[in-house]
Amino acid sequence: MRRFLLAVLSFSLAMAGSGCARKSAGAEPKAAAFGSALVESSGGKQIGAVGAVLAQPLVVQVNDDHGSAVPGVLVEFTGPAGLSFDPVRAVSDSSGQVTTNVALGSMAGRYELTASTFNKAQKAVDLKLVEIALGYQQQLGQQLNEKYCARCHDPESTPERVSNYDNLEVKPHPFTEGDTLNKISDADLTAIISHGGAALNKSVLMPPYGFTLSKSEMQALISYIRLVSDPPYQASGMVYSGR
Amino acid sequence: MDSHKNSFSSAWQWLFGDPVRAFGVVSLLLLVSLAIAPAKNYFSEWRHYQNQYLQMIRGRGEAVTLQRHFQGGIQQIWLPELGVVDRCTTCHVGQNEASLADVATQPFRRHPVIPHRLDQYGCVMCHRGQGPATSVEEAHRSTLAWEQPILPARYMESSCGQCHRNALAGTPQLNLGRHLLSRYGCVHCHTVKLPDGTAMRPTDDPPSLEHIADKTTREWIYAWLKDPQAYAVTATMPNFKLSDENARDISAFLIADSTSLPGDTAPVAASKTPPDATAGPTLYGQSFCASCHAVQNAAGNIVGGDVGPELTRVGNKVKPEWLQVWLRNPRIYDAGTAMPHYRFDDRQVSVLTGFLQNKTDSDLLANVHLEPATPEQIVHGKTLVTEYGCASCHEINGIKKPENFAPELTRLGSKPITQLIFLPGMAHTLPDYIGAKIRNPRSFGAALKMPQFTFSPSQVDSLTTALLSLTDRAQSLPPALTVPAPPVSNYQPAGKAGQVMADLACFSCHAINGRGGDMAPELTWEGSAVQRQWLEDFLKNPNTLRPALIRRMPKFNLADSEIKELTDYIMTVYQTPAFDRDSMLPGGYPPALVEQGKQLFYSKYGCQSCHIVDSKADKGYVGPTLTQVGSRLNAAWIYNWMKNPQALRPGTTEPNRGMNDEDARALTAFLMMQKTTGKQEVKK
Repeated sequence: MRRFLLAVLSFSLAMAGSGCARKSAGAEPKAAAFGSALVESSGGKQIGAVGAVLAQPLVVQVNDDHGSAVPGVLVEFTGPAGLSFDPVRAVSDSSGQVTTNVALGSMAGRYELTASTFNKAQKAVDLKLVEIALGYQQQLGQQLNEKYCARCHDPESTPERVSNYDNLEVKPHPFTEGDTLNKISDADLTAIISHGGAALNKSVLMPPYGFTLSKSEMQALISYIRLVSDPPYQASGMVYSGR
Repeated sequence: MDSHKNSFSSAWQWLFGDPVRAFGVVSLLLLVSLAIAPAKNYFSEWRHYQNQYLQMIRGRGEAVTLQRHFQGGIQQIWLPELGVVDRCTTCHVGQNEASLADVATQPFRRHPVIPHRLDQYGCVMCHRGQGPATSVEEAHRSTLAWEQPILPARYMESSCGQCHRNALAGTPQLNLGRHLLSRYGCVHCHTVKLPDGTAMRPTDDPPSLEHIADKTTREWIYAWLKDPQAYAVTATMPNFKLSDENARDISAFLIADSTSLPGDTAPVAASKTPPDATAGPTLYGQSFCASCHAVQNAAGNIVGGDVGPELTRVGNKVKPEWLQVWLRNPRIYDAGTAMPHYRFDDRQVSVLTGFLQNKTDSDLLANVHLEPATPEQIVHGKTLVTEYGCASCHEINGIKKPENFAPELTRLGSKPITQLIFLPGMAHTLPDYIGAKIRNPRSFGAALKMPQFTFSPSQVDSLTTALLSLTDRAQSLPPALTVPAPPVSNYQPAGKAGQVMADLACFSCHAINGRGGDMAPELTWEGSAVQRQWLEDFLKNPNTLRPALIRRMPKFNLADSEIKELTDYIMTVYQTPAFDRDSMLPGGYPPALVEQGKQLFYSKYGCQSCHIVDSKADKGYVGPTLTQVGSRLNAAWIYNWMKNPQALRPGTTEPNRGMNDEDARALTAFLMMQKTTGKQEVKK
C-alpha cells in the first residue's frame, strides 16, 4: 500500500513538475497606451468547420473617448475551452487595430469570445463576439443550403450567385432570422421543407423538397438553420430537476 | 549507530519474537499486498468517470432512462475484420444518449450525429488513439509504447477517406485536399497509390517546354522562375527559390533546348483599319474568356475562372506572333489544351492580340537584364533542370520524366513518428509535421528540393487531411468495406462530330457520359431534351438561358457544316432510353389544358419563384428563362422532367415535386405554348 501511495505521490509530483515546465518563456507584448472602447472591424460571426482556423482573421479596433483609433494598446483574447487564438495577446498597430487568427473548438456550436483591454483607470473594457463552428451534420446542412435554399433565403448577392430574394413577392425568412425561425418547431420546419409553403398556409413560392431530400438531409439542414440563427436557438423540452 | 541497531533489533524482537505474533504480522503483510490489485482497480480512472456520470445523470429529468441504459464495468467494441478493439465507451458513457445534447463536459458529451453506428465502426477508426487503453493518458496521447495520439478535430475528415474513395457531401475538406493534390500537381513528383492499384493522377496541365522559345522570351522565363506568383497571383507553379545564377542558367538552357514548331509563329495579315479601343474588351467579353481566365482588377481581386492561366500580365509573357497563332488555333501548339478553338477571323485575332498584349506590368521585367548565354551556363542549366526534376511536370527536349522523383506518399497517414525528423519547437505529431512540410518545405533543410507553394491556411489543412487519409488501414481494408471512387471515364465521341467536339474542347465545361467539367450543363441526354432547330440556332449564336450567370457559352463562329454535324450527332446519340423523344401527348394542347397548366404554374407549384414565363411580370432568376421553352424543349422531355428531374439529370437543383400525370400533362401543354414566334401574351 505504501509503495502504491509512493507511486501515486511521485506520479503527481512528476505531473506537477512537467506542468510547470510547459510555461512558455516567450517575450510578452507590452502596452504602451490605453484605449477606452473596443469595436469589431471584421471577422465576427464567421462560420467554419469544427477545429478549423477561420478563413478571415478577427480584427478589432481600439478607440479612445472620441472614437479615434489608438495604437500601442494591449488586447487579450479569451474564449471557451477549445477555442484558440494566434496570437492570444497583441498590441494594436499604427491604425489602432489588433488582428488574431481564431481556431474553433472541436464541438459544434456558437463560441462566444471576448476581446479585452484596460482603460486608463485600469478598468476592463470588453468586446464580446461570436463565431460559429459546424459539425458534420451542420456542414452537410450548409451545403444543402448553398445548393437549394440560399438563392432565395439569403438576401445577400455574390458575383457568383445573384440573390433571388428581391424578386419574390412574399419574402422568405433568412436563416439568420432567429426571432421567427426559433418559434417554429423542428417538426414544423420539416413539414415546410418536405411539403412546401402551401401545405402550411404559407407562400406557394416555397416548393416542397420531400421528394428530393432525404429525411437525414432535412435534419442536417435544420441543424444548420438552428446553429446560424440569431438570436441563438434554445432547444425546448430540456428537463432539469429543481436542484 | 548502536542505538539504531538496538532499536531495530528490539522492533524485530517485538514483531517476530513471539511465533504467534510473527504469524499475525506476516498474515497482515500478506493481506495488504493482496489488497493492492483490488485497490488499484477500485481507484481506477474509468471507475471514477463512471461514478461521475452516475452523479451527473441523477439530477436530470430523464435519469431513469439514462440509468437503465448505463452499463458499469469495462466496455469494449470488438470488430475483428476492422482490427478494432475499443474500450473508449468505458469512460465515454453517454455517446448514444440523444437527451445529453446540453452536456458539454468530456467524457460525457453525446456523439454528434454521423452516418455510422459506433458499435459497427468503433472509435479509433476515425479518432485514432489507443483503443484498448483504459487510462486517459494512454488512450489519447502518444506514449513510449504507443505513438498514435488522438486526431485533432480539424483533420477528422481524413478518417472518412480511408474507406470512401468517392467525394462525399459531408467531407468538403477532404474533397478539396484530394482535388488540390491533383490540381497543384503534387502527384507529378510524389506517387500516391490508391488501394485499387491505380495511382492518383494530376489534373493540372503543365505546358510542354519543347517549343518555349516560340512562345516567350528568356527574360520572362527568368522572372517567372524567380517568382511565379509575381507574374500571376493564382499561378500553381511553385517557387523553387532559385538563385539569380541558377535562374539565369535554367532560362538559358530552356531557350537553347527549345525547337521551333512549324506553323506556330506564322504571321497574320495586319488588319487594314486600326480597331477602336472598345473592340478588344468587347470581343474578350463576347467570347466569355473570363469563364476560364482570370484577371486581377484594380482593387486586387481575382475575377474570372481558373480553368486557364491568369491573364493579368500576359502581355509581358507571350510573343505577339505566337499569340496570334494560338488564338487562331491553339491546337497547333498544344493538341491537348483545354482551350477551345474559336473560329476567329483575322480581324478578331488581331483585335484580341492587341488587347491582350496591352495587359502588362512595366515593373515585372524592368530589372531583368541577361547577357547572352554561354555554353557553360546552358550545360549548368541542364544539370539544374535534371536536379530539380522539372521534367516531372513539363515535357523538355532530351530529358526524360524521372521515376519516383520524390518520396512516395501512399502510406503517409500511418507513418511512425519515430521515422520523422521534427523541427525544434514543433509539436511531435504527424499532422503538424505534414502541415509544416507543406507550408514551408525548405525549413527542414535548405538543400531540400521541394519547392515553396502558396497555399492558404485552409488549403494546407485540406491537403493535410487528404494525406492523413492515406493510411495502412486504407490499403488493407477488404474491398467489401470500401466505397470506390467513380470510375474515370475516357468517353470519346466518335466520328467527325467527335473531332469537332475535341476541337471546341466541349469537355472543358460540359460533362457527357461521366467525362468533363461541371461549369456548364451536363449533356448526356441533350438529344432527348432539345428541339433540333433550337440547337442549331444556339450553336450558331448562343444566347444565355440564365440571365444571372456570369459564365456562359461562348460564340465559336462555327461553320454551317460543323453545326449540322454537331446537331446530327447530339440529336441521334445523346438520347435517353427512358422515353421516346417524339412521343406526343395524346390529344395535343387544347386551350383548357393550357389554361389549367397556367393555373398550376402560378398558383399550385409557384414556378415563378425561380422561372420566368412572362418577361414583364415574372422575376424568378434561379432557373432558366422559360419564355421560349416551347421552341426549345421537347414535350416528352418536359413531361418527364416534371415528374422527376433528378432521373434525367442527377443532382439538378430543381426539386422533384412528386407531380401526378394530370398536372404534368397540363404544365407541359402550358409550357409548350411558350414559343418564339406568335407567342401568346401570358397574363397573371
